[in-house]
Amino acid sequence: MVRYWGGKLVSVIISLFVLATATFFLMKAIPGDPFTSEKAVPPEVKAKLMAFYGLDKPIWEQYLIYLKKLIHLDLGTSMKSQYQTVSSIITDSFGYSLRLGIFAIIVSVIVGVGLGVVAAMYHRKAIDGIAMVIAVLGVSIPNFVLASMTQYLFGYKLQWFQVAGLNGPFDYVLPVLALAALPIAYIARLTRSTMLEVLNAEYIKTAKAKGLKRSVTIVRHALRNGILPVVTYVGPMTANILTGSVVVERIFGIPGLGKYFVDSVSNRDYTLIMGITLFYAVILMLARLLTDLLYGLVDPRIGLRSRKGASS
Amino acid sequence: MKDSRTLTLTKEMFKRLSFRPPGETIAGDSVPMWRDVLRRLVTNKLAMSGVVFLVLLGVMAIIGPMISPHDYFTNNLDRTNEPPSADYWFGTDNLGRDLFSRLWMGARISLVVGLAAAAIDLIFGVIYGGIMGYAGGRTDEMMNKVSEILYSIPYLLVVILLLVVMEPSMWTIILALSVTGWINMSWIVRGQIKQLKNQEYVLAARSMGASGARMLFKHLIPNTLGPIIVTLTLTVPSAIFSEAFLSFLGLGVQSPAASWGTMINDSLAGWTLFPWQMMFPAALLCLTMLAFNVFGDGLRDAFDPKLKK
Repeated sequence: MVRYWGGKLVSVIISLFVLATATFFLMKAIPGDPFTSEKAVPPEVKAKLMAFYGLDKPIWEQYLIYLKKLIHLDLGTSMKSQYQTVSSIITDSFGYSLRLGIFAIIVSVIVGVGLGVVAAMYHRKAIDGIAMVIAVLGVSIPNFVLASMTQYLFGYKLQWFQVAGLNGPFDYVLPVLALAALPIAYIARLTRSTMLEVLNAEYIKTAKAKGLKRSVTIVRHALRNGILPVVTYVGPMTANILTGSVVVERIFGIPGLGKYFVDSVSNRDYTLIMGITLFYAVILMLARLLTDLLYGLVDPRIGLRSRKGASS
Repeated sequence: MKDSRTLTLTKEMFKRLSFRPPGETIAGDSVPMWRDVLRRLVTNKLAMSGVVFLVLLGVMAIIGPMISPHDYFTNNLDRTNEPPSADYWFGTDNLGRDLFSRLWMGARISLVVGLAAAAIDLIFGVIYGGIMGYAGGRTDEMMNKVSEILYSIPYLLVVILLLVVMEPSMWTIILALSVTGWINMSWIVRGQIKQLKNQEYVLAARSMGASGARMLFKHLIPNTLGPIIVTLTLTVPSAIFSEAFLSFLGLGVQSPAASWGTMINDSLAGWTLFPWQMMFPAALLCLTMLAFNVFGDGLRDAFDPKLKK
């Protein structure tokens, strides 16, 4: 047990180290420096700027300083937004993304499991067909297309929702829908296929034979095993929603972390890019660890072996 | 007793029995696996409509930009944001460029990115996974660890980092997708080969002195083709999505080159007034991904009907 989690932790740290190193050297490999684009900077000012950001030292020294700061969770100062630290940008904006993400996860799990269960209960009936059509569409419609389309239809044409912003509870509907569509589709498929297997199991027949109501059989007995694979999907789902938040926040004008990430990339704000990249990586790795932890908890039949999750 | 020992056997003493007792005849010829898969695939209407759509898309991607009276990159500032008409079949964008031509140029980019990603998956993933699965032991453990670490680095971040460093273009996207894209495939191949390795025919080949490479490429990999092909078909839509996604963010294909993602992004500024600028690329992108997805699902069912429910 300790060995297992110890190994997991070590590989997380190695991954983060690899990513941090790769990010650092990739940023250094870019020709020019962050101040080349600003016009007419006198050489003395530029030298001062370089010294302020520590860019005048040799690369290996910069790298060591960077690593040392990382260990102290110091992500440095943004190079473009006046004297804001990367950490403060992240803490200010992550709240929006986090709320959107959590709502999207809740909606995905409830709707996805619901669709999957109903589809399995009415296997090969019309409802099953409809649920699976929704699942295929959810996989096939890209999140940014869904976001733009619903924004046009429900925001602009029908005026049911605000076109942009995140001020009232109703403003969450469209962004959450765009983020949740793909996870809903995956979860519905996963739940359906496991439920179909579970519903044929002996213990379900026993429950039926005891005269339990169908609803009780499904909820109390079948669903417990039927939603197991959904737990393995927690990691990839977090990755999907996080990726989606980057475009969805942009389309709906939400000042979340995803928007800052895209802006930092187009502004070439290197410290911010590096900081947000590492922050995202930490979140995703935590989600993956959580998946492993949950899976061990909900299914005692599974031993602590290394498993491969679905692709993200 | 003595008589029976000297008994001579003559032909008349034997009677030919019916060669195939009734009820045990084999109804049909034995069908090769490929024909069987193909037969199941062809009867799947949904998968076939996906194939038909993709063939049409491929044809239009080749001839589309040629049959339009306008090219895809010339600005015509007198005729910006026009609705579809006899002259501009799908209308024009905010710089007066012909949307019809741009749409099919976008199809070219999407298909090239999807197929290139699939090819890289195939080459790297199959070789890496094949070696992992076949070698086993320490080699497998080490190689697996490396792929796990690579996989744990979020792919979007890798892609965006590479795009920051390099000139954004279609080729950069393909390169970025190939950094981590092959890992899933390598795990599938590895699992399959580990399973197959202990089969009798592999033992037979080995006992006849087949070399490692021969075993891998002649016996093991051909028998994992089913899952490989299914994974490839499902790689294509996700690569197409990634390209459109990155181009939408302005990190991918740059104007004047036309990608569906770029076109959707360009249309965002004026979508309340010129919705067709978004509808055409968005619809084609969704339909293409849908077609690949239903085709992939159909292939999976065709290769392994047990999975079909």
